[in-house]
Formats: sequence, structure tokens, C-alpha cells
Amino acid sequence: MTVISPFWTNLDQIFVLLQQWIESFFPLWLQPAVGSVLGVVAIVAAFPGIFALTTVLERKGLGRMQNRLGPNRVGPLGILQPVADGIKSLTKEDIVPLTADAAVHFLAPVVLVIAVFLGFAVLPIGRNMVLANLDAGLLFFFAIGASTELSIFMAGWSSRNKYSLLGAMRAVAQMISYEVPLLLSSVVAVMITGSLSTVKIVEAQSGFTGIFPHWYVFTPWGFAGFTLFVIAALAETNRSPFDLPEGESELVAGYFTEYSGFKFALFFLGEYLGMFSIAGFAITLFLGGWGAPLSVLSFIPSWAWFFAKLFCAICFFIWLRGTLPRLRQDQLMNFAWKFMLPMSLLNLLVAAAWRFLPEGPSRWVVCSAVLLAAYVLLGRVLMRHQHLGARSYRYAD
Amino acid sequence: MIFGLSLVFILTSILTVAGALAAALLRNLVHCALSLTVTFAGLALLYLQLDAQFAGFAQILIYIGAVAILVVFAILLTRGSGIPEHRSFSSSWLAGLVISAGVFSLLSWAVIESIPASAARATPQLTVQKIGQALMSSYVLPLEIVAVLLTVALIGAVIVAMPESSKGGAK
Amino acid sequence: MLGEGILKGLGETAKNFAGSFVSKERLTTVQYPEERIAPIENTRDFPFLVYDGAEDADEAAKLAGLRCVACQICEKECPPKCIYIVKSTDKKPDYVGKPQIYPARFDIDISVCMSCQICVEVCPFEAIKMDTEFELSTTDRFGGLLFDRDHLARSNQHYHKIHPTEAAEVDARLAEEKAKVEAKAKAAAEAAAAKAAAASAAPPVVKPAPAKEPGA
Repeated sequence: MTVISPFWTNLDQIFVLLQQWIESFFPLWLQPAVGSVLGVVAIVAAFPGIFALTTVLERKGLGRMQNRLGPNRVGPLGILQPVADGIKSLTKEDIVPLTADAAVHFLAPVVLVIAVFLGFAVLPIGRNMVLANLDAGLLFFFAIGASTELSIFMAGWSSRNKYSLLGAMRAVAQMISYEVPLLLSSVVAVMITGSLSTVKIVEAQSGFTGIFPHWYVFTPWGFAGFTLFVIAALAETNRSPFDLPEGESELVAGYFTEYSGFKFALFFLGEYLGMFSIAGFAITLFLGGWGAPLSVLSFIPSWAWFFAKLFCAICFFIWLRGTLPRLRQDQLMNFAWKFMLPMSLLNLLVAAAWRFLPEGPSRWVVCSAVLLAAYVLLGRVLMRHQHLGARSYRYAD
Repeated sequence: MIFGLSLVFILTSILTVAGALAAALLRNLVHCALSLTVTFAGLALLYLQLDAQFAGFAQILIYIGAVAILVVFAILLTRGSGIPEHRSFSSSWLAGLVISAGVFSLLSWAVIESIPASAARATPQLTVQKIGQALMSSYVLPLEIVAVLLTVALIGAVIVAMPESSKGGAK
Repeated sequence: MLGEGILKGLGETAKNFAGSFVSKERLTTVQYPEERIAPIENTRDFPFLVYDGAEDADEAAKLAGLRCVACQICEKECPPKCIYIVKSTDKKPDYVGKPQIYPARFDIDISVCMSCQICVEVCPFEAIKMDTEFELSTTDRFGGLLFDRDHLARSNQHYHKIHPTEAAEVDARLAEEKAKVEAKAKAAAEAAAAKAAAASAAPPVVKPAPAKEPGA
């Protein structure tokens, strides 16, 4: 390992040093609380800021992919668009339908945002930079993720609107079905690391052989696990191509049809923050967390790498949204139960085989071959009754 | 420290009991289900206060993430969200009160009697790894039986929900 | 293979994204209203009346060169009936010199006009053509969208500017007609002159010479 100059080490730990410096102003018994509060403030400030940036990036990125410019009137290149959006959503009238269940209607976005913010607590954003170093961090993350489903149901039911209810039930069904492959595909990383703690998982991936990192995504089971995790993550956060519950062209706005103004903004915030936290989690589990991709680049601060990877993940999600058509509900469910579940179970077996096979090229070949064969076979079997020919048009005679 | 119980414990237990009471007394059935969820969350907090991380998070994941959703779906798909006009109090409420008082006193006697006088032993450090090892060694048979039970339940649900056409046109 | 289509789709959108910064054909939108795409020749919005004259002619010159003879065919053929014509009581000479009536009022309500171009198709005098002006928003919903004869009258040069090929064709046809008429008039004048010469040679018989009108 090359020696890193103290400047880069300090830059790497700058936020930890800042936290310790602020803590030093308080008495000893108050310091842990102050430290936690500082961490919470940092998360609450940073991630909604990234959310604002993402809304502009998404609109402009989607626009460019669709042969048009995105918003470019507010501020240079449209960067201040989120400010305009924020002012709009804060000043819009908050309409609650007369027959809606007022208490539940009010609580639904609150529960969503709380649950989503809690998920950021176990993400290791940098070296020694995790808000809560829990022994069962992974379990905490998934437990909190499961609570978001409840808020979606609350939103849909309390609106007393058949479109909202339909959207909510679709959303909950989709999220429950994709929860299983999500959890199973993350278990492979846990198996190989031997711990549920996110900090330990990242540390296990921070080694290098030569200049190449030990990221789990560069192994056959890790690559399969990463792909499955990303697909399930897209479905969990109701993101295109799995955004049927909020299908803008079908269900008006799905389960948040009856929400306007600030509550709608909260839902929007919750959805995007959920996307960030699950992307951050995928980065933690498979892409090496805050680790550098090449050992020569490890002088760049760890938190910079985390945010760079998060940025790439966000761009990839936007790219997918601009490319893929929406999946129908039955196609969604079939895909989850008939393809992703068997693949993730098989991935578990392959990861176990990897663990027990001796090191060397043989285990690479065996694991990759098994996964590839299963993928092709399963794909063929599931597609054998689908006759997808060239699209034909019928004109009125 | 009130009655030797910490403030956090008192707040959590108030939350749990309030949720349970609301679940029993509210009129709107979906409100009852949501208060039950609050009770589950209170229980999870109690587990976490006892340093049982796995039990606490598993409580949230399973009870709030799955059982509460199941309850809510069951209400929706069967009764609808109509609010009943009158409270459903049973006519034999005196017998119910007596029986529940008896059960409560029995349980509290059992709990109080089981705490040894010198509870100064250090709590065992129960990490998830120890739980995993125990599951794979001494509790492997219950684990497998539960797995088989869940699979049977899943298959049973699919068979019950399959459409009646016997041509094998099942989804 | 499963997933192949997705990868191809991703490649296509990536090409779109990257290409939109460098090539015009990938970024087909322009920043309206600062930039505008030039309209193609067949663009049509609302009708206008053609007059033969200079672009900045005054009212009298516009009226003198107006091709419309108030035959009211376009008024009858217009599907939503957005044209309102009132004939004049006197006549003025048209492009070949023959006296024709002209429209005292010619109103088109463009809030009703549906740009079907039927008025243009049925006009026998090439008097009404389609304009390309579309930025016609006004705050006056009724009067502001009712165009009268003077507003509608645009010169033939304007017609050449917006529809060059059509205008050239129309001009060629009109010139041909005019040439034919003039040729007939010349032939008639020569025949009349020959007849007059024959009449003066023969004994003077009072015979009214039939005044041959130039064929219309």
C-alpha cells in the first residue's frame, strides 16, 4: 500500500474531525448525543439537497434522451428549477377530500418520510462515517423498508377514492413480491462476509489484489446478486419500469391522487430518498461502499467515492427510466415469482459453492457457468409461450 | 427512574398499551389495524431496549412489514371500509372481565416469581452470529419444520387461489 | 436471449443523450421563441386575399389590384361558414381590364376557420390563398379575431415569399389567360378594322357593327 500523505487522510476524515471539534465544546456526558445530532443534521441536509439536484438532472437527462431540452429557464441551465418547484409545492392549497379519513391521510406521508430517513442511519458514507454502527444493520434497513409499504397503503385507503385504492393495492402487492428477491439477493453478501453489519461488509470489500478491488460485484455470484438487487430495488421504490402503481397515464397518480401541495412534495421526497437509500445500500453490499475502484486512486476521500458511486447509480436509474416501457401488473408479478426468486435461490447455492471451492480459476468457471446456464434456461422456459413477433398494425378498411 | 423503571421504558410501555387499547376499542376497523401496528412498534422498541437487536428488527420486519399488511388486506378484501353504527360490545362483558383479570393476575404472578432476587448477572452478549450458529446446530430441526410448514402454507394458498378451470390454465 | 432488447434500448437512448449535445438531428427541438424553425412551403394557417401591387400600397391601390370578384363561391363552400361577403354596387376593372364587382365587405372569423383550404381550392380567380402567420394571439376574443378585407389583403409579392412554387405557377397561368384574352381582343380588333374597311369601300349601309367584347 502506498503511503498516503496526511493531507489526504485528513480530507478523508474531515467530517469526523469536524464532528469531534464541535463536540469538544460540550461537556463529556453530552458529547455522544451532540455527535448523533450532528450526524442526523448532516443526513437531513445532504440527502434532500441531492434530491433537489436529482430532480433537475432527471428532467434534463430524460429530455435529452427524448430529443428535447429539459427545463432551462430558471437559473443557468435550469439548475434553480427545484427552488421554483419547492416554492410551488409549499404555496399550493392543501386539499383534503371531504370523505377522506383525515388523520390517516395526514399521517401517511409523515410515516413514509420518517421510515425513509431512518434507513440512512446504517449506510457507511465514508471511513468511520456511519450514523449507527449496528450489529444487525442489514436487518434494520430491510425492516424499515418494510414499513414504507404500510404508509403507501395508508395513503391509498384514506383517500376514499377507487383509483387510489387500486394503486395502493397494486403498489403493496408489487412491493411485497419484490421484497423476497431483494432480501435473498442481499443474503449472498452477508454469507460471504459473515456479518450483518454494513460497516463490516464494506471493510471486507476494501482490499485490493494488485490494483483491482475486492468488490463483490466482480465475482459471478456478486454480479448476479447485484443485478437482482438492482431490479428488486427499482420495484421496491416504484421506479420505472415498475411504476405501475403511480402510473401517470393510467391511474392519474395512483395512491397519491388526492394529495396536493406540501404532502405531495413529501411523497415525492420520500420516493426519491428511498431510491437513494436503496442505491446506497446496493453500493454498500456489492460495489464496495466507500472503497476506491483502483488502488492507485485510494487517496481520494472515501466519502467522495461513495457520492460518486451514488451519482452513477442515480444516472443509471434515470437512463433506465428513459428507456424501458412500463411493465404490466401480471408481468411484474410473474417476473418476481417465476424468474427472480429461483435465480436468487440459485445464487445462494452458487455463493456457497464459491465459499467452499478452492481458490483459483476453477471456481470462477464453475460458478459463472452455472449462473449463465440457469439464466438462459430459465429465460427460454419462461418465454416459450410468448410469441413476440414484429408489431403489426391494423388500419380501418 | 420511577419505581425502578427507566423513563424510556415507561414511555414505550405507554405507547404499546395505548396502541393495544385503541386496537380493541376503536370503531373503524382499519384504524384498529393501524393501532395494532403501533403496538407492534412499541414491542420492537422494548426488545431493542433489552439489547435484543435481532428480535427487535425481526419484529419490525415481520410484524409490521408482513402481518400488519396481511391484516389490512384481509379487512379490505372481506369487509370493506364501512364504519359500523354501534360499538360491538358483547352482552357477557362481566364474565369477560373476570376471566381477563384472572389471566392477568396469573401471568403477572408467574413473571414476578421468575425474576430472581439478585438480577445482577450480566446479560449474555447475544450477537446475530450466535443466533445463527444456534439455529444451525441445536435448533436445526425446528427450523426445518417451520420451513416445511411455510412451504405447505404457500402451496395451499396458491391452490386455494387458483382459478377453477381444470384445464391447467393457472397463472 | 433474455435481456438483449433492454441492452439495445439502453444503447439507443445513450446515443440520443450523447448525440443531443453535438448534432441537430438528435435534438430536434429549438428554443422557441428565441429560435424558430423555418416553415415548409406547404404550411397553411388562415386565408388571405391576394392583390396585384406593391407590398406597402395604400388602401386604394390595394382595392384596385384585388383579384376577388365577390362571386361568393368560397362563402358557400366554407364548411364552418366563417366568410362573410357583401358585394359592391359598382364595378372596377380586373387584371385583364374587364369591369367586375368587388367585395365591399370580406370578413373571415379566424376563431371559426379550420384551415381546410376549401376556399382556396374552389376560387376560380386565384384570389384567396393560405397564409402562414400563426402568432395571432390577442386579448380581444371577438373583434381581434375577425379580419376584414383590408387586413386580409396582402400583395402578390407576399404570396411569392411564402409559397414560391405555387405563386410562380399561378402567375404563369394568369399571364397565359391574359395573353389569350389580349390575342382574342387583337383578333377581334383586326376583324373589326377589316370589316370597317370593307364597309367604307362598299355603299354606305347603316349597319351597327357588333361590338365584340373581349372574351371573358
